[in-house]
Amino acid sequence: MATISKLEPKTQHHERNPGLPYNPDAVEDIHVNLSAVERRASTLGGRRTVKKQHQAAWLLKAVSCIDLTTLSGDDTAGRVKRLCAKARQPVRPDLLDSMGMADRKLTTGAVCVYHTMVETAVDALSGTDIPVAAVSTGFPAGLSPFDLRIKEIKASVAAGAKEIDIVITRGHVLTGNWKALYDEVKAFREACGDAHLKAILGTGELVTLRNVAKASMIAMMAGADFIKTSTGKESINATLPVSLVMIRAIRAYEEMTGFKIGYKPAGGISAAKDILGYQIMMKEELGHDWLQPNLFRIGASSLLGDIERQLEHHVTGRYSADFRHPMA
Amino acid sequence: MSIAEIFDSMEYGPAPESDENARAWLDQHKGRFDLFIDGNWVAPKTKKYFPSINPANGKPLGEIAKAGKDDIEAAAAAARKAQKKWEKLGGHSRARHLYALARIIQRNSRLLAVLESLDNGKPVRETRDIDIPLVARHFYHHAGWAQLQDSQFPNHEPMGVIGQIIPWNFPLLMLAWKIAPAIAAGNTVILKPAEFTSLTALCFAELCKQAGLPDGVVNIVTGDGSSGELIVGHPDINKIAFTGSTDVGRKIREATAGSGKHLTLELGGKSPFIVFEDADIDSAVEGVVDAIWFNQGQVCCAGSRLLVQEGIADKMIAKLRARMEKLRLGDPLDKCIDMGAIVAPVQLQTIEALVKKGQEEGAEMWQPSWSAPKDGCFYPPTLFTNVTPAATIAQEEIFGPVVVTMTFRTPDEAVKIANNTRYGLAASVWSENINLALDVAPKLDCGVVWINSTNQFDAACGFGGNRESGYGREGGMEGMQEVLQPKFIRTLPSYKPAGQHKKSGDSALSPIASIDRTAKMYIGGKQARPDSGYSLPVHSAKGDVIGEVGHGNRKDIRNAVEAARKATGWTTTSAHNRAQVLYYLAENLDIRAQEFADRISLQTVVSAKKATEEVEAAVQRLFTYGAWADKYESRVHNPPMRGVTLAMKEAIGTVGIICPDENPLLGMISLAAPAIAMGNRVILIPSERHPLSATDFYQVLETSDVPGGVLNIVTGLRGELTKPLAEHDDVKSVWYMGDEEGSALVEKSSIGNMKRTWTSHGKKRDWFNGEQAEGEEFLHQATQIKNIWIPYGE
Repeated sequence: MATISKLEPKTQHHERNPGLPYNPDAVEDIHVNLSAVERRASTLGGRRTVKKQHQAAWLLKAVSCIDLTTLSGDDTAGRVKRLCAKARQPVRPDLLDSMGMADRKLTTGAVCVYHTMVETAVDALSGTDIPVAAVSTGFPAGLSPFDLRIKEIKASVAAGAKEIDIVITRGHVLTGNWKALYDEVKAFREACGDAHLKAILGTGELVTLRNVAKASMIAMMAGADFIKTSTGKESINATLPVSLVMIRAIRAYEEMTGFKIGYKPAGGISAAKDILGYQIMMKEELGHDWLQPNLFRIGASSLLGDIERQLEHHVTGRYSADFRHPMA
Repeated sequence: MSIAEIFDSMEYGPAPESDENARAWLDQHKGRFDLFIDGNWVAPKTKKYFPSINPANGKPLGEIAKAGKDDIEAAAAAARKAQKKWEKLGGHSRARHLYALARIIQRNSRLLAVLESLDNGKPVRETRDIDIPLVARHFYHHAGWAQLQDSQFPNHEPMGVIGQIIPWNFPLLMLAWKIAPAIAAGNTVILKPAEFTSLTALCFAELCKQAGLPDGVVNIVTGDGSSGELIVGHPDINKIAFTGSTDVGRKIREATAGSGKHLTLELGGKSPFIVFEDADIDSAVEGVVDAIWFNQGQVCCAGSRLLVQEGIADKMIAKLRARMEKLRLGDPLDKCIDMGAIVAPVQLQTIEALVKKGQEEGAEMWQPSWSAPKDGCFYPPTLFTNVTPAATIAQEEIFGPVVVTMTFRTPDEAVKIANNTRYGLAASVWSENINLALDVAPKLDCGVVWINSTNQFDAACGFGGNRESGYGREGGMEGMQEVLQPKFIRTLPSYKPAGQHKKSGDSALSPIASIDRTAKMYIGGKQARPDSGYSLPVHSAKGDVIGEVGHGNRKDIRNAVEAARKATGWTTTSAHNRAQVLYYLAENLDIRAQEFADRISLQTVVSAKKATEEVEAAVQRLFTYGAWADKYESRVHNPPMRGVTLAMKEAIGTVGIICPDENPLLGMISLAAPAIAMGNRVILIPSERHPLSATDFYQVLETSDVPGGVLNIVTGLRGELTKPLAEHDDVKSVWYMGDEEGSALVEKSSIGNMKRTWTSHGKKRDWFNGEQAEGEEFLHQATQIKNIWIPYGE
């Protein structure tokens, strides 16, 4: 890491991450201790908690960070339109009113769909600032021909996607082929143009936290704007220990370069209390900036429903039911 | 604050744990607590009460009885009365009782957690997630030892009545560590909680009653240091178990010297937290948080000396400072804080004074930018850099949230700095290189090593220190051994010295019959003349002079200890090698059996047959310890984590052995053989009356490949030699087999460096009896156990 640490740290940057030249030293020095990481991840929830109006506010913030997602083989235009409507109005207006949040124009962070649904989603979201994110590189395995993956990114951007969630070739990580991983992500980033690149690492398939940390660092060096845990299709998706390793990598990258990289846990986060654990970790390990949708996204489909129930409970004092909240 | 405002600020809010039930419990007792003796609440005969204060706000929680002489008398009598019946109840019935205690603790876990936090000032997060679950676990685990006692500890019995004095930093957890093993084994107890923190012990007393524990098995007497002194000085208590400061531990050792009381001490520490350049630094930073800001640093095993490899020091310190900025300090009952209150103003003043001293001595202090609450007893997390090993704050235990940082260049230097302390309780080693971590761990002179972790505790794993951190282990099988003793101990007769030399005035020496032999001392593998230049005559049983030995003095002891210090190769050589040397000793002694037998019968009054038997027994004993050398092995504990805890049996180091008068060869071999078999280096003071068996033996040593310095023999008057040996700060344990007076002298002289002692308490062993003279007890005394926690996983 010697050569990199000589770079002048640029603090308080909100510019896009330009990436760094490939440097294998950056991954050589990475050490991750599984047991210690697990201990931190499992005890953090006992050290921090938010209650009452604080909890409501934090959950509303979480709503603003959700990439409301549908990535199913049976997706249709109708399904995507419903999803976009929910993204515009994620929480019942009467509840927002009761919480003094009516004027905040609360929406989700983005809508996330397959390439074929990008146009439909862009139409459905017109008049809002909600970006459409597309999974565009042979999602979820990412093993389609390289040139097709590049073309898919370009097509998604042309169709109006503002964010591209790419999947990395997990094999590059498993074989330690960091240069190949760097080149791949860098090529994807170039294909994205002005669209932001979110690099899905498929952490469940990288298996070790050491691999996760190294892949995170390479993806950021190659210009990723966000790093993201999972496709949601692996058997193990986002976990707190994996998140801790990835956000510590983000912190290390910021210490090195001054650039802030976003984080997106995805898959398996369905309970309001779970997302509070992620938010607490972001605040503790990275800070306030990483609680905002420009640096924190949550890939989830059913989480919103649980948050809505908790918010109604906060407002009424009664436990809520799912049918009381409009579906996506 | 409105939701919209919080939505923007994303601050944490208050998250208070309710103290309603704890308050109700205090009210139920009308804020006044008596002594718990013989199953009843008894008003103190002193008629005195003192307040218990909540350190977070300075408000009183209740009044606690102060136990005086009559009260301790009553408690000791109750414990004595209950003991035999409790022992006779049997392991299974006691297991049922301990199981019931574990369950009732769990049923009342939140009450205990809140009460502890109120009384001590520690965060309720810690009492809820760490202290109380460990308390319950301790009782469960020891219910198991009660159940297995007959099969696992055959021919052992409880010690009797145990007096236990515990500190304020983990009030209920320390109670559990003391009470659970003691009563599991069939002892009864008198426990004195710390003056600042008695409430959970009193609540526990109530739970004992509710759970149906027989009266008198557990007696809780509250009070200050003077109440503790009364327990220590009470004649009808068999053992004292103490956890607390080294200063008080030293006083207890002095007060109990010669009383025959068994003693275990868990004292202070200045534990190193070593970070190598290949560590997961972010995790190590988090480790520092758990090491020194756990319980506000008021932890005997707190990682208070941060040793960082030079190349990563700046990076580590920068990360640590950033982490400290994120720590939250405040109301201990708030579930959103990291640190609570310091236990009492007096402790706060100690911390402040030491921090000031650190600054005056030139170390650089750093505290986070946020400020600690002004009301209540709080101190912010504090980091010192630019600290040298010579600084006061690098040597003195601060017992507060203050960590001092030093750097090192190589693993060897890390070990040197880590061991550069009078203490030896715990250490933490951070490296992703298993070779490095497992190489360093055994080199650290302490009782517990946590690899890539810190402050891990479990009922199955022994805990305790070396050096001035005390002796004895608590938890697991190691801990059970401290509350049981071999049954024969109570049956031993009194020791009688061999008596005055009869002096016939005749000399049996004839240079014509045999050439004059000058018996010298044996130091560092060489025959050495006594520093004094004087000799002492040795008489036969008839009273004739049969030889002379060197009249050793304190300088000979000094030289012998120095020689032993240099012979560390013996400790690190393989057990197989040590076994070979012991067998070789046996072989060479056997060759000269007749000569040694003749010498025994010449010196002592025994028959030639008996003398021959003594030599044969000595040869066998050498074989026994040759056999044990590579078989008294370490255990692996399985605490509830992914990993193992290695209970490594280690040599103690330099051991002084004062041999009994009788059986000059067998007595000496019975003591020296286990000590050297386990890798110790020995300074041996042979039988004063019959030293020639020992001086003859150095020729056997010389022909048996025993490296110089491993076994050193200093002859002379035991009354003169015992004291300098027992006082020597580089001797780590002293064994004394002899009269009561000498046993007391050894124990009293040990307090300088708080060395271990093993004395016969004026009892006499039968050196021909295998149980008394080569039991596992000898191996136990020849070793100390280091628990190395090794979490793993990739």
